[in-house]
Amino acid sequence: MAYDYEKSIRPGKLPHIWCPGCGHGIVLKGLIRAMDTCELDRDKTAVVSGIGCASRLPGYLDACTLHTAHGRAAAFATGIKMAKPEMTVLCVGGDGDGTAIGGNHFIHACRRNINMTYVIMNNYIYGMTGGQFSPCTPTGMKASTTPYGNPDPIFDISKLAIGAGATYVARTTAFHATQIDKLIAEGIKHKGMAVIEVLDDCPTSYGRRNKFRSVVEMMKRLKDIAVPVTAAAKMTDEQLEGKVLTGVLFKEERPEYTEQYAQLIQRVQGA
Amino acid sequence: MAERYEIRFSGAGGQGLITAGIILAEAASIVDNKYAVQSQSYGPEARGGASKAEVIISDEPIDYPKATVVDACLAMTQEAADKYAVGIKPGGLLLIDTDFVKNAPKGDFKVYDMPIIRTAKEEIGREIVANVIALGAMIALTDVVSRESGETAVLRKVPEAFIDLNKKAYSLGFEKVKELLAK
Amino acid sequence: MAKKIALLQGNDACAHGALYAGCTFFGGYPITPSTEVAEVMSQELPKVGGTFMQMEDEIAAMAAILGASLAGAKVLDATSGPGMSLKQELIGYACIAEITCVVVNVMRGGPSTGMPTGPSQSDMQQAKWGTHGDHAAIVLTPASCQELYEETGRAFNMAEKYRMPVQIQIDEIGAHMRERVEFAEPGELEVIDREVTTLSPEEYEPYADTESIVAPLAPFGSGYRYHVTGLNKSADGFPTTKAELVAHEEQRQIDKVALNAADIEKNEEYQLEDAEVVLFAYGTTSRSARYAVNELRKEGVKAGMFRPLTMWPFPEKRIAELADQAKAIVCAEMNLGQMVIEIDRVAKGNCVVAHIGRVDGEPINPGQIIDKVKEVL
Repeated sequence: MAYDYEKSIRPGKLPHIWCPGCGHGIVLKGLIRAMDTCELDRDKTAVVSGIGCASRLPGYLDACTLHTAHGRAAAFATGIKMAKPEMTVLCVGGDGDGTAIGGNHFIHACRRNINMTYVIMNNYIYGMTGGQFSPCTPTGMKASTTPYGNPDPIFDISKLAIGAGATYVARTTAFHATQIDKLIAEGIKHKGMAVIEVLDDCPTSYGRRNKFRSVVEMMKRLKDIAVPVTAAAKMTDEQLEGKVLTGVLFKEERPEYTEQYAQLIQRVQGA
Repeated sequence: MAERYEIRFSGAGGQGLITAGIILAEAASIVDNKYAVQSQSYGPEARGGASKAEVIISDEPIDYPKATVVDACLAMTQEAADKYAVGIKPGGLLLIDTDFVKNAPKGDFKVYDMPIIRTAKEEIGREIVANVIALGAMIALTDVVSRESGETAVLRKVPEAFIDLNKKAYSLGFEKVKELLAK
Repeated sequence: MAKKIALLQGNDACAHGALYAGCTFFGGYPITPSTEVAEVMSQELPKVGGTFMQMEDEIAAMAAILGASLAGAKVLDATSGPGMSLKQELIGYACIAEITCVVVNVMRGGPSTGMPTGPSQSDMQQAKWGTHGDHAAIVLTPASCQELYEETGRAFNMAEKYRMPVQIQIDEIGAHMRERVEFAEPGELEVIDREVTTLSPEEYEPYADTESIVAPLAPFGSGYRYHVTGLNKSADGFPTTKAELVAHEEQRQIDKVALNAADIEKNEEYQLEDAEVVLFAYGTTSRSARYAVNELRKEGVKAGMFRPLTMWPFPEKRIAELADQAKAIVCAEMNLGQMVIEIDRVAKGNCVVAHIGRVDGEPINPGQIIDKVKEVL
């Protein structure tokens, strides 16, 4: 029997705005499966995003959804979580939204280790505005604002999250569809800031400019570059050249922010 | 005292003159139930530089919250005296620290001098209470609040452990002025 | 029991006013000269089970309060010029998404870093027009510590009632001076809480037209699932580009303030009955103006003062009447001409409109006003 996604989708809101071949729809389905796995009460679940193609995702989900301003998802989400810690708070968005204009909010949410799950769809491009380079566009590649090739080095989002203090960091790709919901579900269950980076593709704005002939070719690339962390442990640096590690990259237990704050209130009120 | 009475405390940042201003304003507005406005100006530096606090006291609501012509002024340093001991009302008064203000500004006002810092060091053993000595002295000179109201406000402001120290400093400032006026 | 009375700085009074109004969430970022608001909130909020968040920047502070407000909290943010410039993005968001919040701006010199410890009133047009796009604004301008305490409560009431950002503009003098403040007893001052929808989740639309034309947003987590966006949207909260829906929504947001101006406006009139010259002043400058009125009256000059406690929406009707009555309206403000533009617009040449400005970090003193009035007459 086909999986029932429709119960979680707002009636009348499809079709979505994403282009054929875009990976965001795969992430939406993965997110729905993860929410089901975790048996989330959608009345008590906030899904928060910024601006961009990926940030349109909350509009389709039947939950408490908040489509904020560019880059600000993590900061809005922090406010919701602190005001109502009993709510499950999920953030979704793209690489430019989360790590360029929203970079400061992203790293500080990680630092606080606040109990939220941030799913960041990394398609290495600003898709909605027509394909400008983002902090994740690989060096040398073409974008509408790097006609001579991108001179910038990139952010490694997962490493950034680990360095900033997130306590659950995982990565997968749009090709590895079944891993998406497993990693997101694990992130939701994790107490603390969870970041799940999903590499996906923008055939329209990135693929076209960079001589990918088809969506299938782009998908195949995702399949080829992904190396599970477990497998990578047995590989040489040479063999790992050009590869991307997937799976749970980092996990630790550290005091969670809303709990810390609740304790502070108790301490103050007890005094 | 229906008319507004304006007092300015000036000296170096970190000398506690804003605190002295706040205590005087509390004495007037909370203890004595009059109207008072306390304000200050300060530079970006937390210590050093010239700093001032102003207190306006009146029996009626106070409109303009800053000093216009001050009735009484305290200057703890030469820099403060040069910068802030201006605009003193004819017939007003200026109290300076003898050791630090060598060139007292001249004008149609009475100048009193007292070794405020030295008194704090030698007679209390703590330079930090110089502001409370100065406050006692200014209250004795101006009579703008009663001696008791001033003391009550001082004691409301200081931590338990420093009550005796500050009580002593306040009285000392007050008594020194009485001696000065008796001369 | 005797009332609690304290000598408070304006900023402290503002924070206590917010607590009285039921504020449970503060988001902020350190900036002179508004920091004391944050300091008091950090001290007091945990005592009442509330949340104090010092965020990573000014924008995040604004975002956090909007998130908390959507979750049902009464929220406050306090900042100063440079921070206010950064917050404009999300003040616009709060306008279009109709999210209740109170933002305090302690005005210092500017533009840019300007004079962080000097007083100013030069953000008055920013308060109305700082964020892009057409939008309504409610902006309050209290003038004393007691008034700051009470008006902060009114700011919360207006924000809760009209579901939008309400700004309080204080100048640095008002924020830092200390005066006696009488704390109100519970029940003594009006406290308005946002209306709760009576519709079932199935019937509920967050931005539907209601009788009060104010969007009845249900708190997140209360059983109502809906969508909030900064895009133009239809009644159901979802983005739309349909011309008639966009126009209707924009107009409704302007109208909810314009049609309720009588409820929002608040002014003090001092000696205006027979005034030939009207001083228009607000914040601590109004205290110089009151002093000047008293002095001028002693000299036989028929002076009076009009003091808006609500600056935006601008008190157009009353200013137009005063322009008919008086020979001159003299606007005193610590800027180089901001609210005087509005007076000029409304007076329509029916009286002389003059301006006293000052931007050197010193307050406008009564003498300056008296001289100007004599010059104008």
